[in-house]
Amino acid sequence: MRFMVIVKADKNSEAGVLPDKKILGDMGKFNEELVKAGVMLAGEGLQPSSKGARVRFDGAKRTVIDGPFAESKELVAGFWLWQVKSKEEAIEWLKRAPFGGGTEVELRQVFESEDFGAEFTPELREQEERIRRQIGAKR
Amino acid sequence: MAVAVPETNRAIDAVWRIESARLIAGLARMVGDVALAEDLAQDALVVALERWRESGVPENPGAWLMATAKRRAIDLLRRRKRLDRKHEELGREMDERQERAAPDLDAAIDDPVGDDLLGLVFLACHPVLSTEARVALTLRLLGGLTTEEIARAFLVPEATVAQRIVRAKRTLAEAHVPFEIPRGADLTVRLSSVLEVIYLVFNEGYSATAGDDWLRPELCEDALRLGRILAGLMPEEPEVHGLVALMEIQASRSRARVGPSGEPVLLFDQNRAMWDQLLIRRGLKALERAEGLCRTAGGALGPYTLQAAIAACHARARTPEETDWERIVALYDALGQLTPSPIVELNRAVAVGMAFGPEAGLEIVDTLVAEPALGNYHLLPSVRGDLLIKLGRVEEARKELLHAASLTRNKRERKLLMDRAAALG
Repeated sequence: MRFMVIVKADKNSEAGVLPDKKILGDMGKFNEELVKAGVMLAGEGLQPSSKGARVRFDGAKRTVIDGPFAESKELVAGFWLWQVKSKEEAIEWLKRAPFGGGTEVELRQVFESEDFGAEFTPELREQEERIRRQIGAKR
Repeated sequence: MAVAVPETNRAIDAVWRIESARLIAGLARMVGDVALAEDLAQDALVVALERWRESGVPENPGAWLMATAKRRAIDLLRRRKRLDRKHEELGREMDERQERAAPDLDAAIDDPVGDDLLGLVFLACHPVLSTEARVALTLRLLGGLTTEEIARAFLVPEATVAQRIVRAKRTLAEAHVPFEIPRGADLTVRLSSVLEVIYLVFNEGYSATAGDDWLRPELCEDALRLGRILAGLMPEEPEVHGLVALMEIQASRSRARVGPSGEPVLLFDQNRAMWDQLLIRRGLKALERAEGLCRTAGGALGPYTLQAAIAACHARARTPEETDWERIVALYDALGQLTPSPIVELNRAVAVGMAFGPEAGLEIVDTLVAEPALGNYHLLPSVRGDLLIKLGRVEEARKELLHAASLTRNKRERKLLMDRAAALG
């Protein structure tokens, strides 16, 4: 199973202040451990929300809102995608991450195709088959 | 491991999954007996978790566990009075080193760990063991799977797996298999055994040969994880990256390979939008790495890298029509020369059929019909049936598809083949 590990923004990340050498070094080491254990699928740090934007959907209307966004605790500053055997394993790995100072990091399980079972409605299935037919027709 | 609370049990499993391979590897090198190493590692884990419940998890749990387990190993060796002078020296040295290095265990265990782990990989995949034993031992010792998990994955009774593992450890002990990393020409042979075991696990997950399901994704994940670990341990070996590339790219299609009611969907009928682009990217990157290492060494591409390159041709094509069949034919030519086999030849026939027309493909398949090794292989009549359909020879095609259906042991696959035969009207 896969977990997304979501690291929230703080004042520093929102101000575009890069972590100091020590933290970067520790993080590098931690990432290396994850790679060596075959756990790490992907991981990225995100630029401050001042460089981002939001699109609001309202009926047919689309409104673009430019960053920065105020609620820094709700913002995402980075993420990992991990492949693990259980939620407990993901937690165990996360406990080893070199964070400090009241940071809270969130773990969320990624949907896998088998999770969709019942949610894979007839409409979706039909859409699937339509796409498949289109591909077939092109052949 | 007797711990009452299931919650804690799961936490123990998690720590075990993360730490067990390194622990067992370090201990096996020290005591020269993998069964004893595993026992010691489990003991240490139980001790650790009791201690940690009171004092909290130490900063480097891996190092803590290793130190505890090694101390117990020395105690045990002493108690058993099997201590010759060498052991005593080793014990004293260990004690001293640990006392000296206590604040800096981190650095002390940092480097040799990789080598220990690699030693354990080669031990678990040693040619003295049967293939089944290698698979079970590798999943147990390196994948950190329980015997129950292995049994479930391979649809055999737990007792069978447990017995297989016990017997494998005994065989290793009796054959006095040394704990080492093979070198030179030996390395090539031994490495191919390791790669074979990992790919076998992957394939069992990817196209289950028995049972009701067509895919057992957990086994694919276990194999991928083992492959990625190995790539970290042997970064200069092109075939390790080749195997990882092959598995990543194949795994990228898992979602698209199973239809809404669990039936298999074949490559050309798959909705390519469902292919996992992350895994494709990872696979292509690993392939690049493998090809680059081959170029630098001036060597030819190995069998896994060639297969990965073939898989990559499909992964790069956004629609089936975009597939570079001529390149695939060329890659199969190379693969056939390197590892001649009727199965490679059958695959080449499919590619030739796509690149140069069904007639050319059928010509190759027909040379394989008399091949005894393919006598019970359902894909031979299945491929032949496909080519016959394209040539408009419907009656012969139906016979081949039904024949294929009678040969497969997988229920889902059988139904697919029967359906296709029925659809021919």
